[in-house]
Amino acid sequence: MNIVVLVKQVPDSGSERNLAGDNTVERQSANNVINEMDEYAIEAALKIQEAHGGEVTILTMGPERATESIRKALSMGPDKAVHVLDDALHGSCAVATSKVLAAALGTLNPDLVIAGAESTDGRVQVLPHMIAERLGVAALTGARKLTVDGGTLTIERQTEEGYEIVTAATPAVVSVWDTINEPRYPSFKGIMAAKKKPVQTLALADLGVDAGEVGSAGATSEVVEHAKRPARSGGQKVADDGNGGAALVEFLSSEKFV
Amino acid sequence: MAEVLVLVEATRDFAVKKVTLELLTLARTIGSPSAVVFGASGAAAAMADKLGEYGAEKIYAGEGDEIDGHLVSPKATALADLVKRTQPAAVLLPSTQEGKEIAGRLAVKLDNGLLTDAVELTADGVATQPVFAGQVVVKSRVTRGIPLATIRPNSLTPTPAPASPQVEQLEIALGATDTLAKVVDRVIEQKGSRPELTEASVVVSGGRGVGSGDNFKLVEELADLLGGAVGASRAAVDSGFYPHQFQVGQTGKTVSPQLYIALGISGAIQHRAGMQTSKTIVAVNKDAEAPIFELADYGVVGDLFKVVPQAAEEIRKRK
Repeated sequence: MNIVVLVKQVPDSGSERNLAGDNTVERQSANNVINEMDEYAIEAALKIQEAHGGEVTILTMGPERATESIRKALSMGPDKAVHVLDDALHGSCAVATSKVLAAALGTLNPDLVIAGAESTDGRVQVLPHMIAERLGVAALTGARKLTVDGGTLTIERQTEEGYEIVTAATPAVVSVWDTINEPRYPSFKGIMAAKKKPVQTLALADLGVDAGEVGSAGATSEVVEHAKRPARSGGQKVADDGNGGAALVEFLSSEKFV
Repeated sequence: MAEVLVLVEATRDFAVKKVTLELLTLARTIGSPSAVVFGASGAAAAMADKLGEYGAEKIYAGEGDEIDGHLVSPKATALADLVKRTQPAAVLLPSTQEGKEIAGRLAVKLDNGLLTDAVELTADGVATQPVFAGQVVVKSRVTRGIPLATIRPNSLTPTPAPASPQVEQLEIALGATDTLAKVVDRVIEQKGSRPELTEASVVVSGGRGVGSGDNFKLVEELADLLGGAVGASRAAVDSGFYPHQFQVGQTGKTVSPQLYIALGISGAIQHRAGMQTSKTIVAVNKDAEAPIFELADYGVVGDLFKVVPQAAEEIRKRK
């Protein structure tokens, strides 16, 4: 099975994050890492490859420095990567991003595309369906379990009340939550091998996408302004003197919760 | 007044979710609300009274197995057709997994901008979105097409404004690619009497400090006394104390209740991402230096196994 995993480089969610002067995500000064949820997508792909054979390709759209995350992804075991790299992509909205990724997937012709259910920076959660919409293939999203039987995919999709069992034939796009597996750590051998794995770079011209359709120029939405949210100031902090529970309820009562 | 389309979210047994009432309330500030119901046959009729109570002037219904038995895509197709026909002033969807997914497909179909996770939307289409774990607030707008936004549950208080909507059944023309993903079964895992996590006005969450799945009874007891939902930190979920669907934080749910009580939760940024916009935050933790206290309006430094039972007892006394 020919599998492509979508990988995004994001600012580390454990560090201070902000927007830049042009209202796009500040990536220059950020500590950039592989989107955590994508590691689960890679693991899911490698498991399928181990059971059914085929090839796993990483697909990333991002600036030059995203190469670090591509190598990190490859060190887990995928065979090769494609990096869509073009200055004109800076400031792309989700609609345009899906156009570019769909065009890149068109050159790779995968049976299965696996993505993390969301990125930790945008948390928009729409890309898998947008891409499926453009490719005219099935989307099985929000999976906590994925099984492959020949050309049939079945997922357990987490819902508020439980889960749904959803099935489709390949080709398809699947997105996964972090409940699906436990991603492997790259081995030393894997890290060394990743340095030699092929990474193909594609520009917009290679994909037949016009620069005016993407980036800030082609965006379908814009951030008008951004501001740091005023930090919450800690309120009252009391040490439990044996009466802490009652004091807590007194506070709840003063706020009309009890 | 131009229509504002509101996607209705409901339970499988046709109970309108609170977020829908919030969306109808918001829609009234922009135009004339029209509720769009997708689901099994009979869904619209079952919910018409409730939708009308909160101001739906009209109800569009897309019902039946084709809509209900396939994932997302048929709903997006039907909604896109409706948008083209009615030329609404805006389209509002709940910022839930399915709401966002439908919105995403709609944005591609209509080549229209999309605003997700908004907590406010003005009549002229400017959305307010907390990003980066609530550390930054952005204002944004659609620059191509109409305002198409997903709104976070609990962003506003729903208020009734009775109307008497007529139900219009939609003629749905699906394409071949709309029925590729088939929902073959729906499994209800747990359905207690507690409110849903993202909709609850009170959330009581437990973290690593709770110590075990059994001890979560303490968290549940306090939640029940306050009529709230139960949440859990990632550490608690990863330790197997509580199921993943109750996880609050970066890789779980984002909640914004009136009252959030964190028990034995240190307050790592990954957790704060999911609860930082709660109105009032209360924390109980034995570590006085825990970062959760930086957020808490009221914090008790102490042993939760002493503080929580005492608090529960005190609440019972006052009832």
